[in-house]
Amino acid sequence: MDEQSDHELIRAVLGGSASSFEPLIARHQPRVFATARRYARREIEVEDIVQEVFIKAFRRLSSFRADAPFEHWLMRITVHTCYDFLRNHERNREYNITDISDVEEDWLDKVGDDEADRTQVNRAAAKQLLDRLIAGLSSKDAMIITMLDLEEKSVKEIAALTGWSESMIKVRAHRARLEMRKMLARIAPEKYL
Amino acid sequence: MKLDNIIEKMLAAAREDRPSDHVPYAFEKRIMARIAEQSATDFWTVWSRALWQSVAPSAAVAVVVAAWLSLSPAQPNRAALDPELEQIALLAVELPAK
Repeated sequence: MDEQSDHELIRAVLGGSASSFEPLIARHQPRVFATARRYARREIEVEDIVQEVFIKAFRRLSSFRADAPFEHWLMRITVHTCYDFLRNHERNREYNITDISDVEEDWLDKVGDDEADRTQVNRAAAKQLLDRLIAGLSSKDAMIITMLDLEEKSVKEIAALTGWSESMIKVRAHRARLEMRKMLARIAPEKYL
Repeated sequence: MKLDNIIEKMLAAAREDRPSDHVPYAFEKRIMARIAEQSATDFWTVWSRALWQSVAPSAAVAVVVAAWLSLSPAQPNRAALDPELEQIALLAVELPAK
């Protein structure tokens, strides 16, 4: 059986066949899950984000213009939903930069060694430390650093996804990196200051 | 080692550790159920919102009508109106008899 294209499914949904939205969800949810997992740690929060993304998409489907791929439109909704999630959880975020685990401390001690970068444990420790630094940033800065430095999106792509200006993204990214340096220096002032 | 290099190493480690795109079993069905559930409650949400939105205009109309009635100089004379009204009402009944 031929698989219906996104646009055909969207036309069917708008024509009253709500069940045609299900194959659209099934097709695009892996990417939405992967994006949501960048911003939320707990799986229950990830599921809430993904659910909200698709409910918003369903409600706003009539505003989707068929001149662009559905995935781009959906990713804009995903990014905005993740940003809302970060803003809503800004005060509750676990930000304790000085209270690092032994594994993280060990990674910092051996950071110059090649071996420190290779093992899975060390990579996890490095990621945990980075999560701590990002958690210390404002929601907007955390979004920008995640998209720019982790997802390796260009400033132009981020501007298209978020609706923020390119100059603002560049300025915020610069300030966020400075802030991350300051936070890292606070972890081990005897080493870095 | 410089702070920038350490941060770059952290970023590199995080880039390698890509988040999973795993989807829980039948997750799309769960979303569809939620959408169906919300569509059913949406009617009452829209209705209650419409009621709330109509409160201010309705109150404004009531105030304007009350002001107009109280300030209107010519009040109809009830005593004079009643017989006329009775005549008009009875006319319809009387006509077939003629």
